[in-house]
Amino acid sequence: MAVTSKHTEGSSPVRQSVWDRRLRLRVTLRAYLWLSPLILCMLVILVYPLINGLLLSFTNADQTNIAAHIGTISYQATYTFIGLENYITIVRNWFTPGSDENHVLIQTGIWIVANSIFHFLFGLGLALILNRKMRFRGLYRTLLMVPWAMPQFVAAFAWKFLYNQQGGYIDTFLEALHLPTINWGSDPAWAFVAVIIVNIWLGIPFMTVTLLGGLQSISAELYEAANMDGASHWQRFRYITLPMLRPIAFLVTLLDVIWTFNVFSVIFLITSGGPFHRSDTIFTFAWEEAFQVPQRYGLGGAYGIIILLILLVFTVFYSRMLRANQTVY
Amino acid sequence: MAKNIAGASEVSITRTPTRASYKPRKASPLSLLGSLAAHGVMIITVIACIFPLLIIISTSFKPVNDVFDLKIIPAHFTLSNYQTVLAGNFVTWLLNSLKIGGMTTIAGLALAAPAAYAVSRWQFIGKQGLLLFFLVTQMFPWVLLIVPLYILYAQLNLLDNIFGLVVAYATTALPFSVWMLKNFFDTVPKELDEAALVDGVGPFQAFWRIILPLTLPGVAVVAFFNFMAAWNEFMMAYTFLQSDANLTLAIGIQRYVNQFGADWQYLTAAAVLITIPVLIIFMWVQRYLVTGLTGGSVKG
Repeated sequence: MAVTSKHTEGSSPVRQSVWDRRLRLRVTLRAYLWLSPLILCMLVILVYPLINGLLLSFTNADQTNIAAHIGTISYQATYTFIGLENYITIVRNWFTPGSDENHVLIQTGIWIVANSIFHFLFGLGLALILNRKMRFRGLYRTLLMVPWAMPQFVAAFAWKFLYNQQGGYIDTFLEALHLPTINWGSDPAWAFVAVIIVNIWLGIPFMTVTLLGGLQSISAELYEAANMDGASHWQRFRYITLPMLRPIAFLVTLLDVIWTFNVFSVIFLITSGGPFHRSDTIFTFAWEEAFQVPQRYGLGGAYGIIILLILLVFTVFYSRMLRANQTVY
Repeated sequence: MAKNIAGASEVSITRTPTRASYKPRKASPLSLLGSLAAHGVMIITVIACIFPLLIIISTSFKPVNDVFDLKIIPAHFTLSNYQTVLAGNFVTWLLNSLKIGGMTTIAGLALAAPAAYAVSRWQFIGKQGLLLFFLVTQMFPWVLLIVPLYILYAQLNLLDNIFGLVVAYATTALPFSVWMLKNFFDTVPKELDEAALVDGVGPFQAFWRIILPLTLPGVAVVAFFNFMAAWNEFMMAYTFLQSDANLTLAIGIQRYVNQFGADWQYLTAAAVLITIPVLIIFMWVQRYLVTGLTGGSVKG
């Protein structure tokens, strides 16, 4: 701070360092005073449940044995510690071929890969088009925002309406083209495709605007220099656009993967994860385990911890990759 | 390749190294085709993007028998769906959503703004760790929080309670709010509050009287996104709320769906009422969201 230098001017180095340390301490104290309401709130609503969730994941807590107040009657918690049993159950079921959990695990992989790849490809393609000077660019860009601007639960209902099997828009359209109609609700594979399509649709605006922002921040001089050297369109794309876009592309893909992993309302409202959990991801499946009868909170907590670990490992691995890649260019 | 070289020489002759200088080269028949293709792709994409919204709007004006008529322009235009929706529980849910959104916004800003100011202005011990913590909490899986929160709320009698949701929403929006507000505060030169401090004004006055008014547009944007997060949230509300009188719009709208199908005419009318105000404001402020999210490294 500018004030510091005024006070410390002319004093000996030793006194100055003492003064600096004292000032730094004072600033730190003040900063935490300003931050204290926020930190308190986050401790209660984020950190305490996180620790509690961890503890809960080692118990057999469900709807029958947690502490609760129903009307005037209070119930004491009677669940017990069962060690790693929840985790063992989850992992064992994951690797039991044919089990619901096994299907859900594979579906989660497909869900994330399909969504992030299509988000990126569509986003990059549209961003490249919108980066050119063209008529109606502003209009296109604005209308492209609609899927992002709509509340997700509204978008989910809108698509459910389009997918409707008794004369819905999509089936009628397929009929008009003399194609077979699709049982979006009852055919497991198509139900899963249906929710993937909706989530791809939802994620395109974010990818497009962020990648477009990335493209626009690439200096035009680079392209001019390449142009003078006679570089082709493809060469300019390959050796200027892609490398320059890399940092922002990595960042938004990371965010995208995390968000895709945590999608709930789209799947829940369109297919409820069905039929037979064939359109569930780990995330929606965990919610169902925790909040559908018999409401196994302990198991839900274990799923939460596992999901957090997956996301953490992915993020660390991914940012390592990002750092390694940045040094190349 | 020859075409490229010709283009390059053109640039070097005119020696105006701006992007526009190689523009004339693009007027060839091939690039005209490219431009047509670009417009074609954009038009198809835009239709795909707005089609579900169009269908919702269109269906909301159709009488019940025409719901699967599938014409975009309703054959028998009616406002009765809106009348029915507005005469029902919709208004209760709307008020709940407005209350929750409003309280979330105010609580979120009151907590986040001083914190963001501290992070933006002062070098203090543990600042980097704190910023990292804010980033990490952004990727918390909600399902991990929702189970213990549910049990905590069951003990505190906060289930099926609007206040419980406000606390949860405001807190989960904090990391993002602090991050965005910090970026906005960073754009105001530090000399301004230093000058105020020299004038004998306390740090709180400097923040309240100088920085906040200067960044009011940014603060409004963050407020809107807090509001929208609460307005749009589905999972927690669905898990915590039970009684009809306490539902938010996101959950209430499901009441138009029953085991025999959905009352699409009412559902779409409610959906239009929920979507349009948020949509319009969102279109207006979304570019700030992109800037804020990516830490100012990208302008939207």
